[in-house]
Amino acid sequence: MITSLSVEALSLQRGERLLLTDFGLRLAAGEAIALTGPNGAGKTSLLRAIAGFIAPLAGRISFGGAVGELDAAEARYAGVHLVGHQDGLKPGRTARDELGFAVDWTGGDDDSAAAAAAALGLAPLLDLAVRHLSAGQRRRLALARLIASPRALWLLDEPFAPLDAAHRARFGELMARHVAGGGLVIAAVHDPLPIAARTVALA
Amino acid sequence: MSGVGARWRLYRRELALAWSGGGGPLLALGFYAAIATLVPFATGPAPQRLAPVAGGLAWVALALASLLSLERMFERDFEDGALDMLALGPASLEAIAAVKCLAHWTAVCAPLALAAPLAAAALGAPLAAAPLVLATAAVGGVAFAFVGGLGASLALGSRRGGLIIALIVLPLISPPVIFGGGALDALAAGLDWRPGLLMLAAYALAAAAISPFAMAAACRNALS
Repeated sequence: MITSLSVEALSLQRGERLLLTDFGLRLAAGEAIALTGPNGAGKTSLLRAIAGFIAPLAGRISFGGAVGELDAAEARYAGVHLVGHQDGLKPGRTARDELGFAVDWTGGDDDSAAAAAAALGLAPLLDLAVRHLSAGQRRRLALARLIASPRALWLLDEPFAPLDAAHRARFGELMARHVAGGGLVIAAVHDPLPIAARTVALA
Repeated sequence: MSGVGARWRLYRRELALAWSGGGGPLLALGFYAAIATLVPFATGPAPQRLAPVAGGLAWVALALASLLSLERMFERDFEDGALDMLALGPASLEAIAAVKCLAHWTAVCAPLALAAPLAAAALGAPLAAAPLVLATAAVGGVAFAFVGGLGASLALGSRRGGLIIALIVLPLISPPVIFGGGALDALAAGLDWRPGLLMLAAYALAAAAISPFAMAAACRNALS
């Protein structure tokens, strides 16, 4: 289980552009970071680098566990959730099928999926095809796997963007509960996070 | 959850996706039937002209039909972000790619293999050739699925992916077409057909063993 994240002297390049140079960040269990910055500052790239998708030009990303540093690949596939701009849902399948697979794949089970669906107000929507859901409903469906499959580090890319006020508050509560239980959250946002969080601004 | 359970769940999801939205197998079968029907229109239906090449024609049609739904193999998961989630799961990208190819074989190549003896017979191949047509098509389908997956992963993120996939895959599936068609030719000529089938099996196994690594590398490249 991941108890800390450390990013040291990180440089990230996208195409010909150098997004981050000598960037550092530390995050411990029970902490949340609001990642801010103008469009194109590198918020998404940083999240994808932490998730292991983008290889850094220089620097190190490491995950700490209860007994020292974890193997990065293992830490990622057992302890990291990434919910990006895209929800990763198939329009032709039902919400229940998509949630069930996502939860199963990331380490939860049917009961935790049902509980997560209830927590995010998805229960009445589960039998609908994903194509019939609104953007906000789809995002809630994508976020439900965070609740259903216990993984320590949440990497969120503008998770609140399509949500209505009530569900922003609701997901904020779930996020606060995750952090209170020793979870770690990094969320790229343009508005302040609804939970206590350190702000890291990318230039 | 164990790795095996996860792969099984992924396999079932891939099958469900292949059947939903456009019915991949039915589309491929319809396309296959259409090609097999077009050939006699072009060459004339005279049995003495068609029968000697029936097995080979059935194989060419098979190769073309199996190209049809390759584009959906990785592209949909890449476009909608599901590949991100898959990559952060309990199976490696190599295993994910292999499972996707096996599911493609089950959903598209196996039904085509079942249809192949019918197509060959309709074109005038002797009934005695039917078992070998089925066997070569089923084994060759493994090669088509894994080599096709390679093309599909390499074309990730490019526009006109379908065309690029066809251009990558067609040269790579020439050997199985040669071996499969060759085995049928040998049978028709009363020669030993086993070398062709064995070469085909060897090619399919090599493709299944090697291509997952290349597919995973292509996916990593696309995700970065």
